[in-house]
Amino acid sequence: MLNKSNNNAPMTLLQVTNISKKFGDFYANDNLNLSIETGKVHALLGENGAGKSTLVKMMYGALQPTSGSIFWQGQETLIASPAHARELGIGMVFQHFSLFEALTVAENISLALPVQLRQGDLSQRIADLSLDYGLPLNPAALVADLSVGERQRIEIVRCLLQQPKLLIMDEPTAVLTPQEAQALFSTLRRLVEEGCAVLYISHRLEEVKQICHDATILRHGKLVAEVDPKVETAATLAQLMVGSSVHQVSRNTNGEIGEVLLSLSHLYQSSSAPFGVDLVDVNLQVKSGEILAIAGVAGNGQGELFSVISGEERNPQQHFISLLGQVSDGLNINQRRLLGAAFVPEERMGHGAVEHLSLTDNILLSRHACNDTESPLDRGWFGIDRRQLAQLNKAISINYDVRKSREDDVAGSLSGGNLQKFVVGRELNRKPKVLVINQPTWGVDAGAAALIRQAVIDLSRQGSAILIISQDLDEIFELADTIAVISRGQLSPSYAASELSREKIGLMMAGSHEQTAQAAGA
Amino acid sequence: MNKLRKQLELNVQLILEKRPQSSGLMNLFSPLLAIVLTVVVGGLIFAAMGKPPLTALYLYFIDPLTSWWSVEEVLVKAGPLVLIGVGLAVCFKANVWNIGAEGQLTVGALMGAIIPILWGEWQSPFALVAMLCLGALGGALFALIPAWLKTHFGVNEILTSLMLVYIAQLLLDWFVRGPWKDPNGYNFPKSVSFEGWHLLPMWGDGRMHFGLVVSLVAALVLFWIMRHTLKGFEINVVGSAPRAGAFAGFSQTKMVWFCFALSGGLAGLAGLIEVAGPIGQLQPQISPNYGFTAIIVAFLGRLNPLGVIFAGILLAISYIGGEGIQIELGISSKITQMFQGMLLFFILMCDTLILYRLKWISTKPNQSTTGHAS
Repeated sequence: MLNKSNNNAPMTLLQVTNISKKFGDFYANDNLNLSIETGKVHALLGENGAGKSTLVKMMYGALQPTSGSIFWQGQETLIASPAHARELGIGMVFQHFSLFEALTVAENISLALPVQLRQGDLSQRIADLSLDYGLPLNPAALVADLSVGERQRIEIVRCLLQQPKLLIMDEPTAVLTPQEAQALFSTLRRLVEEGCAVLYISHRLEEVKQICHDATILRHGKLVAEVDPKVETAATLAQLMVGSSVHQVSRNTNGEIGEVLLSLSHLYQSSSAPFGVDLVDVNLQVKSGEILAIAGVAGNGQGELFSVISGEERNPQQHFISLLGQVSDGLNINQRRLLGAAFVPEERMGHGAVEHLSLTDNILLSRHACNDTESPLDRGWFGIDRRQLAQLNKAISINYDVRKSREDDVAGSLSGGNLQKFVVGRELNRKPKVLVINQPTWGVDAGAAALIRQAVIDLSRQGSAILIISQDLDEIFELADTIAVISRGQLSPSYAASELSREKIGLMMAGSHEQTAQAAGA
Repeated sequence: MNKLRKQLELNVQLILEKRPQSSGLMNLFSPLLAIVLTVVVGGLIFAAMGKPPLTALYLYFIDPLTSWWSVEEVLVKAGPLVLIGVGLAVCFKANVWNIGAEGQLTVGALMGAIIPILWGEWQSPFALVAMLCLGALGGALFALIPAWLKTHFGVNEILTSLMLVYIAQLLLDWFVRGPWKDPNGYNFPKSVSFEGWHLLPMWGDGRMHFGLVVSLVAALVLFWIMRHTLKGFEINVVGSAPRAGAFAGFSQTKMVWFCFALSGGLAGLAGLIEVAGPIGQLQPQISPNYGFTAIIVAFLGRLNPLGVIFAGILLAISYIGGEGIQIELGISSKITQMFQGMLLFFILMCDTLILYRLKWISTKPNQSTTGHAS
């Protein structure tokens, strides 16, 4: 937008030559070359851990390269800090927003701007700019009241106010509905038409094909290919990212649908967290052999729903929840596990597993009160049955392909995909009758995701009832027999997966069913 | 442009860089480094006071270990430090901050003293057992006040447990000057002297007593619990990853109650052991701040019950050494508190190195060009 040069021919804005970043003995980036041109959206593709973030952090001045150099507009440049990067004209929208929920949009933006840009009527400038770029924002709104999509707009507008020449976006659509993502794409197109360059980090191949002009693909810190995403297919891109062809999930046998094993009826729950989402009149039933997926944009009550079903959050006076035919509101998480339920939370680290504990200790974490081992794992004063834990660890590693450097490694040293395989495997290994799993493959590489999805399908075909909470529509269509959508703590009725299109789900994510619910209530 | 270059040159600095993994070596090395720093700085302070630093350090740290009499005295002091320290180590491990062990110690001593003062005629081994139980009970109940305030009202336990220390000390003061004053004690603020089964078994010619066995057993039992049982696992998980603790079905609230009851009970027991052992009666001062020093003991011992035994002995040396240099060199025994304070300060400082490492960052001189864009 700044760079309205006389000729519209693309010129190289930022070039990275032979750049490497070493953490200890490990090369996060190994001799990478990349050049970003004005007027183009450049995709940076790669699985989790491929080194995308490391590379981007060096461009944004948050990390310094071990060797190699960065050229900015033809000049070799040392980008000393993020502030320096912003001064040069590099803006970045992070995957996780750093916003103060209790402040307004304008206040949040003002906090992050250099002093000279805070002058004048900032609110008016925000309103004008956001309208201009199709990113409607009310500068006086409290951030706490905004959706995730709107919060992302704040970050984008904040970057645009500084008139960047290069905008770096880290997985921007991970938290958006399909419709919101489309709106973002038109904004990006507008920006590149004005001569701005965009570096777009993603592992969603369809959207990369849709909006990107160039693509650089990383694997294990190395550059594997530079391709034109328009001519590649999603399958060939995936293959380049993963390095081998991705195993397809098979669900050929349709299991028998049996009795209801998990049901919620008229569940109301006020959130205990300050800016949490209240659950309003949630109804759902999952039958034996059925996989019900709950779609929805992050932060619409998924976490709250998970903790109510798992029993981490309880309301013993009520009769909302029934597990295997038994009223379970008064039961804690371990009593629910004893009934035959198993849970996989969204956060692997710190919730599903403890970083500094060994894998066997992490098995103990969710299995210590289950009676499905040959003898109790917890033998009171006589200590914990380590021998049995080691056996479980071995079985889980083999059955769910958990790769690690030592047999009983600490959880923190496993890669995201392997840890997720472990956390899921730990529960599936019990053959639970009811499985509730929040974001089963969030941030996991394609190979691990395929394995996890297949394991979940296999479990359901053995007659378990499975509830999946996910933001990933591809995953939902791959797994689900029935689909419901959650939005602002309200759950839509469930539909057979075959009845729903992406567009319909997108509308429901944006809250179309809420109206009906209110109308029905009125 | 010039301004920018200057900014870059100023970037040559010492920074703390987060380690990818916490350093196991540093975890062991940090307390040793802290001890070395304390000794070095302590020596400098002695020098600044005009005292011979090497002699002073020798008298402070080594001399207490050169005669059997003073070794016994070190162990007598280490006893309560270890007993309180292991309880606090468990507490801190669970991320519960009981700072009021000194108060719990005082109330434990008061509770246990009920038997010798009010039932002086009851002489039997069971009287001593009852005293020990009452001591632990008193400390535990007193510690449950901050636990209750925290779990029901969300009041910060650091403040409440600390403030209750002064309440407990004034309570003891009132008892020994008022209702429990020895009628034949010439109006001194002291209770009757305990006798017979109201005193702990002693042995040797010094002041070694049964309390040392209690401390040792407590440390070993807690080591077993922390290392091998589900309870220890629970303490570890709840303290380091509360959400994972909830996922495991461990209750944060129950953990607060448990930790305060345990650490308060052990502190109360330590108080009773002091009055039924080395002191032999109630008096306004029954502890040279054992409850506070035990906080240092817990940290210096890496919150590990076995480590606490060694840390307890080291801190006990600092008490005896402080008295020693007061006699030999005429330095105020307040130096003890200074050494203990320095030790805690340096431990907390060195612990940073477990998660971070020091690193010089500098920019290569020929690389510091920036865009001339505008």
